[in-house]
Amino acid sequence: MGIPVSPDTTPDGLLATAPGPAAQRPPSGHDGRYLGRRRLYVRRFRRNRTAVAGVVILLLLVLFSAFGGLFTPYHFSDADFSALTQAPGAEHWFGTNQGGNDVYASAVHGLQRSLVIAVTVSVLTVAVSAVVGAGAAYLGGRVEKATLALIHFLLIVPSFLVLALVSHRLAGDWRVLILVLTVFGWMSTTRVVWSVSTSLRERDYVLAAEFMGVRPLRVVLRHIIPNLGSLLIVNLTLGVVSTVLSETALSFLGFGVQTPDVSLGTMLADGAGTITSAPWLFAFPAGLTVLLTVSMTFVGDGLRDALDPTSTTGAAGGRR
Amino acid sequence: MTLAPARRTGPEAGPARPAPVLSVRDLRVSFPSEAGPVEAVRGVDFDLLPGRTLGIVGESGSGKSATALAVIGLLPPTARLGGRILLGGRDLAAMDDTELSRVRGKDIGMVFQDPMSALTPIFSVGRLLSQALRVHRDLSRKDAWEQAVELLDLVGIPDPRERAKAFPHEFSGGMRQRVVIALAIANKPSVLVADEPTTALDVTVQAQILDVLRLAQRETGAGLVLITHDLGVVAGYADDVAVMYAGRIVEHAGVDELFGRPTMPYTARLLAGVPTVDSGVERPLIPIGGEPPSLVGLPDGCAFAPRCAVARDLCRTTEPDLAAPAGRPGRVACHRAQEIADGSLDPAGDATPPPPARAAERTVGDVVLRVEDLVRTFPVTKGTLLKRRVGILHAVNRVGFELRAGETLALVGESGSGKTTTLREVLRLRAPEGGRIEVAGTDVATLRSAAQVRGLRREIQIVLQDPTDALDPRLTVFDLLAEPLQAAGADRTAVRSRVPRLLDLVGLDRAVGDRFPAALSGGQRQRVGIARALAREPKLLVLDEPLSALDVSVQAGIVNLLVRLKRELGLAYLVVAHDLAVVRHFSDRIAVMYLGHIVESGATEEIFARPRHPYTKALLSAIPLPDPERERRRERIVLKGEQPSAARLPAGCVFVDRCPLHREADESVRTRCRTERPPTVGASDGSDHQYACHAV
Repeated sequence: MGIPVSPDTTPDGLLATAPGPAAQRPPSGHDGRYLGRRRLYVRRFRRNRTAVAGVVILLLLVLFSAFGGLFTPYHFSDADFSALTQAPGAEHWFGTNQGGNDVYASAVHGLQRSLVIAVTVSVLTVAVSAVVGAGAAYLGGRVEKATLALIHFLLIVPSFLVLALVSHRLAGDWRVLILVLTVFGWMSTTRVVWSVSTSLRERDYVLAAEFMGVRPLRVVLRHIIPNLGSLLIVNLTLGVVSTVLSETALSFLGFGVQTPDVSLGTMLADGAGTITSAPWLFAFPAGLTVLLTVSMTFVGDGLRDALDPTSTTGAAGGRR
Repeated sequence: MTLAPARRTGPEAGPARPAPVLSVRDLRVSFPSEAGPVEAVRGVDFDLLPGRTLGIVGESGSGKSATALAVIGLLPPTARLGGRILLGGRDLAAMDDTELSRVRGKDIGMVFQDPMSALTPIFSVGRLLSQALRVHRDLSRKDAWEQAVELLDLVGIPDPRERAKAFPHEFSGGMRQRVVIALAIANKPSVLVADEPTTALDVTVQAQILDVLRLAQRETGAGLVLITHDLGVVAGYADDVAVMYAGRIVEHAGVDELFGRPTMPYTARLLAGVPTVDSGVERPLIPIGGEPPSLVGLPDGCAFAPRCAVARDLCRTTEPDLAAPAGRPGRVACHRAQEIADGSLDPAGDATPPPPARAAERTVGDVVLRVEDLVRTFPVTKGTLLKRRVGILHAVNRVGFELRAGETLALVGESGSGKTTTLREVLRLRAPEGGRIEVAGTDVATLRSAAQVRGLRREIQIVLQDPTDALDPRLTVFDLLAEPLQAAGADRTAVRSRVPRLLDLVGLDRAVGDRFPAALSGGQRQRVGIARALAREPKLLVLDEPLSALDVSVQAGIVNLLVRLKRELGLAYLVVAHDLAVVRHFSDRIAVMYLGHIVESGATEEIFARPRHPYTKALLSAIPLPDPERERRRERIVLKGEQPSAARLPAGCVFVDRCPLHREADESVRTRCRTERPPTVGASDGSDHQYACHAV
């Protein structure tokens, strides 16, 4: 650590001229321009090789879902009755299912659906729970009590029952699915965020911000939520996976993706039954799901390390 | 109770040195870390003679605690241990944990820093003690209990037979530490290791505990390894002192030689930089430049060379061995030790002390803070579901003071005296429960809207105690300093131009702006904390124990910084501190608090020279001096007991239960002390020295 160099010959800077290791001293003559936090984070993130690999995989998946359909003449809803349950081959790259649908085309479309649904739901859930949980913990008092009461009430309400009751009106649209999954998915994360935030609100830096006259919303957004980083990011990555799977369960109730529309979830559910007779029906969507999960985990870990200033991995470049 | 500490004559007076009870040879401890192995201890040698006390002094990270943990065999499993630790002919470093368990507690006793976490909360202290006895000895349950009661009596627990049935949480901090000492000496060990035994305790209790420790040592005849950062404690209680720096002993000598004529430049500078209670304020603090080194990848040369004023090229290339310079007892690790021992070189270097920047320039301006009759109480509740109010905790009771621009007022008191509550009440900027608070001429009770409160916030800012916790770890230094400006609505260009100037102001390099707080040292972090508080040019800076979390060698630099800032910016400081010695160096006035009351206030020099209130006297006398000669000679007032709870205030004087004057006073005064709260009266000489006592 460098010696604080005082520009004037004041008492505390008296010994600044004491012989010190010149190499360790921070370069003087700084021009007063700073990188800013965001650029620092980007720099730390880019040092992490696995995180960059995660971003690359995720980008490839997005590109595949967007443009993969151009490479095949089949549409996911087209049925090729001359090729039912056919193994992968030259004509149908990923094979076909029992109804003669091309698995490649279905996978492209399913991935697209699942990416949009899973990522949106996961981000929304985490965002809602961070703001609500941290906000309730910070504000305390009645707001906190009311929020906790609501969370505990929603946690015990059988969500599937409620969904079944309203399904005939709202079902069918995948955008409604996003809303429904978010509305019924934010509580448990919020509860965890709240309990962690209660210890953060006692920290001195929160107190210091209050004494500086920083407004409550800003304290929550700037001081409490960023310090929950690791927790939120783990929830984000896990959320993507669990959403892909829970989407199938809801499809059973008539929500979300309905035939002839497909998603990775519906493909996995269908393919699971024929895993011994026609393994390709399960293998390709499962492979895509794994790739999606792995890339999200890599990105999440990289974000966590980049955002966590105490992590030496972020500073050292991802070699653990 | 007044006593002059008795002192044994050291065994070195006799010709035959007894065999050491503990010999440590070439002790090495390293911990793996991501950046490489942390070499916490790098070749430590010492001998401990029976009945003697070896003080190990050092700053955080100097390896003193790792040495202690190695000796008692409680290093974490990841640590790598090398060298030999010989206890009665057996090498502890070569033993496995099972063998060590038979030694620990029997041949080596331990006293830890925090007495609360050192005692298992679910067992009564009598049971803890009898367990400790029965583990190592074949005793019946009843005999063990009897011995436990005797031990509690020995360490000064009143009514030991009854108290043995009590649980650790029913004891106060000082009493708990007595129990820990009783546990440590239960099996009459030959070696006692005390790791910062009084750091977690109040200063008036510290003296009691150190006396108990000495008594315990005398009873068992054990050798004591006393590990501390407090040079005053070492001066009063150790026979030999080993100074550690960056994992090595850099100087090892008898206590008188070390304090009288320090040879290692580090020791010399450390002693010059420590504020003391009895030295004049005009004696300037000479800080050691720089920061203690990191223990990963240390350079080849002497670890202190980068901060040393008399270092030569040799010092930067080869590390000196611990050797005895001719004509002087003790051993020193310094290439220039011989020159220093001969007296031809001043180990502190030619660093000229800074000009005294004090009372002379004290220009008193307008009143920036006026507090009158401030009252703050907290309800004491019982029950979890239906909270019943069972009492009232009088945290602050009719406290009043005035602070002018360019002035420093220190609120001094032990924990629980209400000083921090007073400070928080002032900072809250809301109408207090009772009394009046006026900040920069505005009565805070008249503030109606949140916007008005925010407006007044720019006049009063705080520097918190622990800079590590006070800075958000996720923000860079630039963002941390920008925050108060942004909260005030400053635009980007204003922030960009102000932040570098703030860094200059507190003596930090501008490049620090891009770092996270975790990458800074403790002293640098505290400078950032000060810069942040100054961002909006407040008139009043509130300092909550600004130095207590910092290392001794860094404190002096921060004190000098605060003095300079006050002079340059005309600030007023309201300081809260428990350490009177530190306070003396930069405060103009002192208010001593006890149980929510100001018992004495006045000009700093006046308080130190002529303390009136018995509590102030005791507080001043309880602080150990880093000078063995004077420390032994002077009369100490050791207070009985500890500060009672503020939930049950006595009807009369709050200090009555511990007051030495009250016990000696005549009957009429005693009755008044018991029944009537003493009014605050001014001293007869017409100064602003005020105190509240019937007996003076």
